[in-house]
Amino acid sequence: MDLATAQVIGAGLAAIGVGAASAGVGFVFGSFLQGALRNPSAAASQTGTLYIGFAAAELLGLMAFAVAMIILYAR
Amino acid sequence: MAVQAKIDPMSQFMIHPVGSETLTGSPFMFTNSSLWMMIVLAVILVFMWGGLKRQIVPGRWQAAVEGYVGFCDNITRSSIGPEGRKYLPWVFTAFTFILFANIIGAMPFAIIPGGHPFTVTSQFIVTGTMSLTSFAIVLAVGFWRHGLHFFSLFWAKDAPFILALFIFPIELISFLVRPFSLGLRPFIAMFAGHILLDVFGNFVVQGINAGGLGYAISVLAFLFVTFVNALELLVGAIQAYVFALLTALYINDAVNLH
Repeated sequence: MDLATAQVIGAGLAAIGVGAASAGVGFVFGSFLQGALRNPSAAASQTGTLYIGFAAAELLGLMAFAVAMIILYAR
Repeated sequence: MAVQAKIDPMSQFMIHPVGSETLTGSPFMFTNSSLWMMIVLAVILVFMWGGLKRQIVPGRWQAAVEGYVGFCDNITRSSIGPEGRKYLPWVFTAFTFILFANIIGAMPFAIIPGGHPFTVTSQFIVTGTMSLTSFAIVLAVGFWRHGLHFFSLFWAKDAPFILALFIFPIELISFLVRPFSLGLRPFIAMFAGHILLDVFGNFVVQGINAGGLGYAISVLAFLFVTFVNALELLVGAIQAYVFALLTALYINDAVNLH
């Protein structure tokens, strides 16, 4: 297998992490909604925490994307 | 079947001097990045100056600016406490610059030929510099206020001694990674979003070139590009908010030490 083929396969495998992060981000917002619907009066004060959780989950997906790009364009 | 043009989504991030295509010659050049930074700055200035009328009953513009500044003030106040006011200028600057750069970068100015906007925040050097500034502020505030006690930030004092010994390097590494992860987030979000836009924008053109069933693909791709562009505006705003919020939280660590 030559380098270009291996790069494309590797980048595709690295892109799986993006999908995993999307599950994580969905879980963060879904859990927030579950909590918020049980106690709507407390929801507004927790949006900051929501976005911190979102950022933490999303960062790993972005890292996976960065790794995919590095693999794809490495020479 | 028309000849397949190779999709090159990376060329949109190329930095080159205004009016030229290559980056050669003098090390000090007015590049497209500089140009769009100036444009972002001009838009911010117009937006802020338009609201600084100090009327008792604010007009629409002033109400927008007041709400905007109040939002940033709320970020620092809710995460740092009453002392947060002191750190509002930097949080406000970072939030405003990233927000306006993201949104201006996603605007469809390319309808005018040659007016393709350059997203300033799609370069890691820009967001990385901003995150390093945040990190420098955290270090300066931490050592200024607490001296060498600042290192107790990494020591889990409620944990058993053996456990705290193991937690110390982990906390230290997670602290040192912060400037990297903070700057990476807005950068990759813009970078990935614009690659996606470029790729699907190419699908529209290639579908039209192919003809026949290609027109259906063009329509689908065009709808997709439209929604992704809307999503890009949302992501740009969220990333700016996250940057400001995390900066405020990191400063809170330095000010209050847990």
